[in-house]
Amino acid sequence: MENKLYVSPSPHIHGRDSISKNMYGVLIALVPAFLVSLYFFGLGALIVTAVSVFFCVLFEYVIQKFLMKKEPTIYDGSAILTGVLLAFNLPSNLPIWIIAIGALAAIGIGKMSFGGLGNNIFNPALTGRIILLISFPAQMTTWPLVDALKPFPMTYTDATTGATVLSLMNEGALDKLPTAADMLIGNMGGSLGEVSAIALLLGMCYMLWKKIITWHIPVSIFVTVFVFTGIMHLVDPAQYASPFVHLLSGGLMLGAIFMATDYVTSPMSKNGMLVYGVGIGLLTVIIRLFGSYPEGMSFAIFIMNALTPLINSYIKPKHFGGGK
Amino acid sequence: MLRTFRIGGIHPPENKLSAGKKITALAAPKQVIIPLSQHIGAPAQAVVKKGDIVKVGTLIAKAGGFVSANIHSSVSGKVNKIDNALDTSGYKRPAIYIDVEGDEWEETIDRSDALVKECSLSSKEIIDKIASAGIVGMGGATFPTQVKLMPPPGNKAEIVIINAVECEPYLTSDHSLMMEKGEEILVGVTLLMKAVNVNRAVIGIENNKRDAIAHLTQLAAGYPGIEVMPLQVKYPQGGEKQLIDAVIRRQVKSGALPISVGAVVQNVGTAYAVYEAVQKNKPLFERVVTVTGKAVANPSNFLVRVGTPISTLIEAAGGMPENTGKVIGGGPMMGKALVSAEVPVTKGSSGVLLLTKEESVRKPMQDCIRCAKCVSACPMGLNPAFLMKYTVYKNWELAEANYIQDCIECGSCSYTCPANRPLLDYIRSGKGKVMGIIRARKS
Repeated sequence: MENKLYVSPSPHIHGRDSISKNMYGVLIALVPAFLVSLYFFGLGALIVTAVSVFFCVLFEYVIQKFLMKKEPTIYDGSAILTGVLLAFNLPSNLPIWIIAIGALAAIGIGKMSFGGLGNNIFNPALTGRIILLISFPAQMTTWPLVDALKPFPMTYTDATTGATVLSLMNEGALDKLPTAADMLIGNMGGSLGEVSAIALLLGMCYMLWKKIITWHIPVSIFVTVFVFTGIMHLVDPAQYASPFVHLLSGGLMLGAIFMATDYVTSPMSKNGMLVYGVGIGLLTVIIRLFGSYPEGMSFAIFIMNALTPLINSYIKPKHFGGGK
Repeated sequence: MLRTFRIGGIHPPENKLSAGKKITALAAPKQVIIPLSQHIGAPAQAVVKKGDIVKVGTLIAKAGGFVSANIHSSVSGKVNKIDNALDTSGYKRPAIYIDVEGDEWEETIDRSDALVKECSLSSKEIIDKIASAGIVGMGGATFPTQVKLMPPPGNKAEIVIINAVECEPYLTSDHSLMMEKGEEILVGVTLLMKAVNVNRAVIGIENNKRDAIAHLTQLAAGYPGIEVMPLQVKYPQGGEKQLIDAVIRRQVKSGALPISVGAVVQNVGTAYAVYEAVQKNKPLFERVVTVTGKAVANPSNFLVRVGTPISTLIEAAGGMPENTGKVIGGGPMMGKALVSAEVPVTKGSSGVLLLTKEESVRKPMQDCIRCAKCVSACPMGLNPAFLMKYTVYKNWELAEANYIQDCIECGSCSYTCPANRPLLDYIRSGKGKVMGIIRARKS
């Protein structure tokens, strides 16, 4: 009976959830989309993803070890996730040196300059993508053409390029859009991880099942985009594409399911999440329809990231008893 | 669809290892240590002195105020001393030590097993008997029962809600009591209804105790006004406000009492104690205690005299396992880690849980990633991550504006946190500070 006892306040058990469990959970949810991108973009998708993950992990390690002088946390999976998400937002023919700059921007500026995981204001992968988009507009907006009949192409920077759905829409060439079925499975040009709506939705179902995310953010974005573009389409079908095209094109699915739901940069209360989602939906459509950029998803998420602290202070969880 | 409370909640593994075990009465130990502070409120004041001879059921300490409770001897023998003793809180506080000699009970106590259903006492007489028997809330909160039965002016009780939820993992003392003392509990509930002049009572039981639900439902047919309500299994349903929300769909407002929505909530163990006090003249000096843990040889439900050292219970359940890391008074979510296994059983001891060394160690804390899982888990609709931050930065205005004082300390936030942040540790301390500020402002 002489052995010493541990004493601590309650609770004395823990649910065994962990940051790495959630990060690897999101990575598992990204597998279907990655497989589709391998099918359509082949070697290029593999190289871009591997290079992006490699540099993100490397920069995280170097910055934590030598600049912040603390124990690197590269095994928590968050740097890997940032690497995959950054890659998914890039064309599959992007040269390695540009990807490395993107990784440095994502990890160095987007994450570590704020103090590391949990302290950043903006989604790190999105920070990397936006910095690349502004710095290398030409390389970032020429996407390889895809051909469902020639899977796993062994091309990288030598791939033939062409227009995407959004650039066609921006130019008003609504008659040249791919079919809905092609857009669902991802048989269209675009950043390597964003093309297949079905694969991304599958990932969303997995994350909902594993309780990694809740439905509030993605669904509020989908509904807002659908309603807003639906109204515009009804007003002038010749100029504005159908809401289904908007939902299935560009980075909308990838952004709504994987980028906007980033824990650190999205609101904490359910109502706050809805406001945030509606905000992203509105901004995306406004940029797409009235702005000069064909795609507005990343900017919309970025702006709402900046508003998240404000949303957190004003929109609180529903209080038991309804408050005072 | 079964009912449950509407905000937050978690599902920890149930681990009801001692479910279905019959209640075994433990003999009185050689010496009992009976603390004078076993309830919320003022400590009781000793009315015996060293050398006094006491019987089982003799009053040994009188309530020390309005919110306080009488204490009776749980054994017969001689008062050895009145001295400070380590209790479940980890502090040394005054207690009465009694050396046990024989087992002689006060003659007024009816020791037969016969069920006494009839009661001709008035509401006031019932409450007086409850007060003199020293009954306190037996779910662990230990609030003096008679105080809860006397609503402040302007409030009217509409319903008695019996808390038979036992949502804490591992614990089965209420469950075993319901299986073995069903009739007595129902008579106790009837007495409570009479005490507060209502004609309706609901016994809320979580659906993981189907045998108890079936048993009590069958018996309740003979007791007008009492309904047994199965509830979804969700922690912390045994929280008073959560149970009221689950049963009558009303939410008690911040800072208000359950009576403000017409509810009087009592634990099922308390209902049994009320039966014994009113119908059998038996003061509260023994209770059912679960002794459990994954490494415990023989998880059990014991009927134990108050003042028995917890080590005696552990011996009776097969001894302290080799790799014990923590001894917890109560359940794993809200129980207190004990500094020693020699502390005595009190009126509020629902269980003793032994965790292994591996189960006892917390993982290192990481930065908050604002995943909001604590927000989803919080049954009071608070933002635990922010409340912890306000406490760290000592921002009491924001803490109060965000209802830190409403925290029920259920631990769902800390349990859920993927970054292993000790949210409740901080919130508890911040809550204490803010409650102090609120009290100072009122006075």
